[in-house]
Amino acid sequence: MIEIEALTKDYLELTVVDHVSLTVADGEIAVIVGTSGSGKTTLLRMINRLIEPTSGTVKIDGQYTRAVPAFELRRRIGYAIQGHGLFPHRTVGQNIATVPTLLGWDKGRIAARVDELLELFQLPPAEFRDRMPSELSGGQQQRVGVARALAAEPKLLLMDEPFGALDPIIRAKAQSDLLAIQKRFGTTIVLVTHDMEEAIHLGSRIAVMDKGKLLQYAPPDEIIARPATPFVAELIGTGERPFRLLSLVKVRDLVEPGPAQGEPISADASLRDAYAECLWTGREMLPVVDDDGASIGRIRRDDIAHRAERPQ
Amino acid sequence: MKPGLIIRLVVLALLVAFIVTPTSFAWVFQPLTKNSQPAIYVQNSLLNLTLSHLTIVAIATIASTLLAVGLAILVTRPFGAEFLPLSRSLANIGQTFPPVAVLALAVPVLGFGTAPTLVALFLYGLLPIFENALTGLTTLPPAVTEAARGVGMTDRQRLLGVELPLATPVILAGIRLSVVISVATATIGSTVAASTLGEVIIAGLLSNNIAFIAQGGLVVGVMAVLIYDALSALERVLMARTGQRRLRS
Repeated sequence: MIEIEALTKDYLELTVVDHVSLTVADGEIAVIVGTSGSGKTTLLRMINRLIEPTSGTVKIDGQYTRAVPAFELRRRIGYAIQGHGLFPHRTVGQNIATVPTLLGWDKGRIAARVDELLELFQLPPAEFRDRMPSELSGGQQQRVGVARALAAEPKLLLMDEPFGALDPIIRAKAQSDLLAIQKRFGTTIVLVTHDMEEAIHLGSRIAVMDKGKLLQYAPPDEIIARPATPFVAELIGTGERPFRLLSLVKVRDLVEPGPAQGEPISADASLRDAYAECLWTGREMLPVVDDDGASIGRIRRDDIAHRAERPQ
Repeated sequence: MKPGLIIRLVVLALLVAFIVTPTSFAWVFQPLTKNSQPAIYVQNSLLNLTLSHLTIVAIATIASTLLAVGLAILVTRPFGAEFLPLSRSLANIGQTFPPVAVLALAVPVLGFGTAPTLVALFLYGLLPIFENALTGLTTLPPAVTEAARGVGMTDRQRLLGVELPLATPVILAGIRLSVVISVATATIGSTVAASTLGEVIIAGLLSNNIAFIAQGGLVVGVMAVLIYDALSALERVLMARTGQRRLRS
């Protein structure tokens, strides 16, 4: 658990982060979203003390971050950044092994961990372990960057616009990979982005920042339904609100028994995808299938539309 | 094997053969003599002069590399950052100073012999190495230095594990410039009684013997070119090994 208490950073006269307090529970993905200059990256970098706060405190699992030397603190916290920051003179395997090596793990354990992570990120170890970062594609470099951040099995992972440099298709893949890995390890993640779409997709809670202040910190559905300030509403985009709400709910939650005609939709698709499918094919209802392709019922367009209404 | 490499190996073999047995090349230099002057300088062994020449250059370059890289490391640390602009402008001004002038200024202070030559080469060699080491250490990719801090490396681990290895090719380019200048400039050292290949050239100038001037000049020139090429090749290897593209030549 991360407890941030009245955290403030001043540069001379300028207050970049202004008395921000928030708590991230274990296993949560907290996404800090804001425009550039909102202080979101500064807030993130104060958690692992890449920037020392002017005042305020951060506690990780009950321990003040200032109680340990900064480099020791950082070895316990995964850190992934935009543009990956891989060491160009070290192989993929050596890059991933960075933190375990710093921590003095024995060689066998490091090698096993490197291979495990490469497998996990769909980079066959035999093929990728000894390559140099410059020999990888952008998406592969980004995956190695995240693998390096996870190498020492940190309970907390900080990510600064990790997918910012990726094209939309690779980004969507990277996002779903991250969610799968988060589910598997139960890692607590704090992620910074300027993209509200990404925040809603990834976040179990979203922190909206503007001009150094925390405007709202709430689950995505609440942020969409009840934005705390006009700025938050603007960031969500008023025209997008109903569709963003739909994107939070899975087809599985609205399925009803009964037959329907035409191409079926997966139970794990979002209501947004299902609604788009209804509109595009002009159907009132869609058959719903499970992972294994077995029919589990149908979903009705009117029900979906109803879910897009502003919650009371 | 590439043609360029073959040419260089042939030139190296000729150079070594000439240095070891200069008299067997007398026929080459004979046309340059007049009034039955000797074609080959034999007052002092060409081999000894060459070795002494290279030793002086090597000692001066190693010393200036240690000091220049050390200084560059100091001024790029947080506690030395105040001196960075000052040392950078000093380095830039120093670059405009001709090496001959450095030698001329060193002699009155240190007297004749090898010492003033060493000092002149050392001082002049500092500047290109310092400048390149500064460039190398201050133009590292920001994402990489950020990541090095973020994963929890200590200052020393960052310097030795990330910053210096990545800056090495650029530092080596500075050393290359410095060595080539020193190989040429060391000849002037013989005017102040240092034992270098300049002795052959000066003997030629004093006795108006073009053959002496040519052989001294050729040996120095060919050595400079070969050393330049060898260090360039080493840089390319290091660049590739550190996964960087060649940025500067």
